[in-house]
Amino acid sequence: MRYLPHTRQDIEQMLAVTGHADLNQLFETIPDSAKTKTGLNLPDALSEWDLNVEMEALASQNAACGSYTCLMGAGSYDHHIPAIVPYLISRSEFMTAYTPYQPEVSQGTLQGIYEFQTMITALLGMDIATASHYDGGTALAECALIALNKSKKANKIAVSSLIHPAHRQITKTYLNPSEFEMVEIPADKNGLTDVAALKAMDGIAGVAVQSPNFLGNIEDLGSFKAVADEKECLLIASFTEALAHGLLKSPGCFGADLVAGEGQSLGMTKSFGGPGLGLLAGTKKLMRTLPGRFVGKTTDSNGQRGYVLTLATREQHIRREKASSNICSNNGLNAMTAAVYMAAAGKKGIREIAQLNHDKAVYLKNVLVDAGFSSIYNGAFFNEFVLKAPAGFAAKRRELAKKHNLYAGVPLESYYPDMPDHYLFCATETVTRQAMDLLAKEVQ
Amino acid sequence: MTNPGTTGLIFNEPELWEKSREGRCGISMPRSDVPRADLDPALTDDAPELPQLSELDVVRHFTRLSQWNFGVDSGMYPLGSCTMKYNPKTNEVQAARKGFAAAHPLAGDEFSQGALKLMYELEQLLGEITGFPAVTLQPAAGAHGELTGMLIIHAWHAKQGKQRSKILIPDTAHGTNPASATLCGYKAVNIKSGPKGILDPQVVAEAMDEETAGIMITNPNTLGLFEENIQEVCDIVHAKGGLVYGDGANMNAVMGIIQPGKLGIDVLHLNLHKTFSTPHGGGGPGSGPVAVVEELIPFLPVPRIQKENGTYSFITDCPDTIGRMHTFYGHFGVMVRAYAYILTMGADGLKRASQLAVLNANYIKESLKTTLDLPYDRPCMHECVFTDKSVQEYHVSTMDMAKRLLDYGFHPPTVYFPLVVDAAFMVEPTETESKDDIDQFIGAVKAIVKEAASNPDKLHSAPNLPKVTRLDEVGAARKPCLKG
Repeated sequence: MRYLPHTRQDIEQMLAVTGHADLNQLFETIPDSAKTKTGLNLPDALSEWDLNVEMEALASQNAACGSYTCLMGAGSYDHHIPAIVPYLISRSEFMTAYTPYQPEVSQGTLQGIYEFQTMITALLGMDIATASHYDGGTALAECALIALNKSKKANKIAVSSLIHPAHRQITKTYLNPSEFEMVEIPADKNGLTDVAALKAMDGIAGVAVQSPNFLGNIEDLGSFKAVADEKECLLIASFTEALAHGLLKSPGCFGADLVAGEGQSLGMTKSFGGPGLGLLAGTKKLMRTLPGRFVGKTTDSNGQRGYVLTLATREQHIRREKASSNICSNNGLNAMTAAVYMAAAGKKGIREIAQLNHDKAVYLKNVLVDAGFSSIYNGAFFNEFVLKAPAGFAAKRRELAKKHNLYAGVPLESYYPDMPDHYLFCATETVTRQAMDLLAKEVQ
Repeated sequence: MTNPGTTGLIFNEPELWEKSREGRCGISMPRSDVPRADLDPALTDDAPELPQLSELDVVRHFTRLSQWNFGVDSGMYPLGSCTMKYNPKTNEVQAARKGFAAAHPLAGDEFSQGALKLMYELEQLLGEITGFPAVTLQPAAGAHGELTGMLIIHAWHAKQGKQRSKILIPDTAHGTNPASATLCGYKAVNIKSGPKGILDPQVVAEAMDEETAGIMITNPNTLGLFEENIQEVCDIVHAKGGLVYGDGANMNAVMGIIQPGKLGIDVLHLNLHKTFSTPHGGGGPGSGPVAVVEELIPFLPVPRIQKENGTYSFITDCPDTIGRMHTFYGHFGVMVRAYAYILTMGADGLKRASQLAVLNANYIKESLKTTLDLPYDRPCMHECVFTDKSVQEYHVSTMDMAKRLLDYGFHPPTVYFPLVVDAAFMVEPTETESKDDIDQFIGAVKAIVKEAASNPDKLHSAPNLPKVTRLDEVGAARKPCLKG
């Protein structure tokens, strides 16, 4: 086995030092009754060559192989990833490092994550950002817990029904064993969260609204902030498409107290939904209530600039039972990926990419409406929108996938049963006009 | 043989924005083939203030940063409780295949058979390795797996008709365990380990009552010792209607030796990034699958994967499920790497890995026990725990020794954990370190202990070779500066 360096001689010499007759005797403290009698029943070990054959066979059974057109988003987006992003991230000093508890030999990870925190606060208009979480959905659940734990009297969190369905489900799962309750704010006929319905709710510790929402529509976060202020509760802004903030006003502009979002668009592959990048940001006031890691700037004993993990007193390894969260790992390498992506795109690039996403999505919507799809909402969107499909589209969509490896839209009926034949389309900078025209022609 | 640690050509590098110049951009823009469509200006704002750099600026910046980091590929990383073994490069090749990396999670079962099959088979393989009938891959990290497992225990008690209020947690458990239990509304009750560093069944029996939902046991525990009385402890907890949670983070020591699912443990999480060789990435992403006994299968998170007539599909119709733990199906990219590792190792390879991990740890324990204080002088599993008692007379601490190891070219072991040992110095070599490298490590520790007696200031001022010296962590926490 090529990962195991021990020669027979090594083993003999080492056993002589430990005083064991053979390798089996090393496990003398395990009672015989506890030991496996039969050994593991696993497939025979594969050579690297055979592994390649087997894995490519599996990979080729997925849609993503070959020339593939992805007009789906819904929380996982098809964006161009500049070559320098995977190139730099696969440097083993980043990839094979541990959590930077020993700062003197982790300055690369630490400065990179500090820069990530800085760029995320610029993108979202917030005071502080953590060093990342598992994904957008778990970040939202953590934000709900922050609001609920902070509130002295309220035990409900109001969550827009237009927040990503999976993010709502995760939040519900997290709250399930507690006294806390999640209530949903209905949508209005324009595909926006019904602010009037929120006004009628009481006992609320926080209000969570996604913009652009799951149907692609841009919400007026300002009106939710006003209601949140009246109710003296926190506004949690969420999102699934980080690049939208290259163009749209940031959640900070509207006075969001907390932001929970998915950062996969910032240089990460879709990878069948994970790992992505959970983003969690807040106002300075909430700094000591935010779960997860922070990197802070400091100096060394010679007065040189350096970085360390900080504010660890909130964490499990110091207070154990009293920790505000059980988080230990984050998605550090993906945070670093986002840092490289944001540094490469920069102020100019992120704006242009965002604009191009919007341009393509508007074009796609127009050609599909011309081809007989019905536009449902008239409001503004970023790169996703909902259309009602003409009869027979479900079969056509499957045919397009089989014939052209083209995946057109995510059906909404399983998420919103009152939306049969409605699809959520997404166009990013990777989609060509040719592919969009082909789709329009095929569905006509 | 010379010590591996030495200084190289280390560059200074400013923060990104200090290099920024108006108008630079490091990415090329795809040509637009559609008309421009402007959003209502009321909705937009100026572009976010990201730094402006050329492609080479970015490449140099992050290349220089990487040179300030230590990774498993740089040298030995003997972190106790964290299993920093070699990360095979072929795993990266597998995860980067376009059919995996570009797969959209909502493409539909029909167009995702490869991904579904991989996940289904990985569940089977992990089930066999741990001895459980079912596994979920959804949890995104070990602690997320703990939370998933505790939610399952909570849901099971709810289904029995009576919720309980407490969880027993030994002092040798992982640090996240109490927090995971607390998130489910349980009160964590600390259980003291016995004089041998393992659980005393009598102590568990006294603490276990019908208000207690169960126990969370890390096995092998964080002292690197096997919980010899595990079966008896499980029987005691079950007799009072509780469940046993197994923290399987240390599974690296016992693959092919024991199957926890056959010893009375009801729920167990694994850390794919520890036991199954996927990179730690400077803090993640990890992956924390959870295995359960038959009775708990209905409570697993959704979606689940099923196989019918050779076709794989997701199912969500599980009335007793705890719900969803991840936006999609967990950290699929990490699963691909772990799957590749298991296929490459096979049953014999995995067992051999555990044997050699345990051999390496015992070899270090025996070789250093006359140099450093060893509080539990017993056969250990994959890690061993020393203290700084033998150097205290020179006013040298565990932290001083750890920092001095950096000058010798080794990442320090885990320090001041587990809490059950004062000033712990916890070494886990893993199976991928050779005898030669381990001998160098032992030599370095011995040299440092000699220095402690002859020149303690050398340790107090360490490290001297890395780019920065000891950092002011107290100042950083007192006046947090979290962005530039």
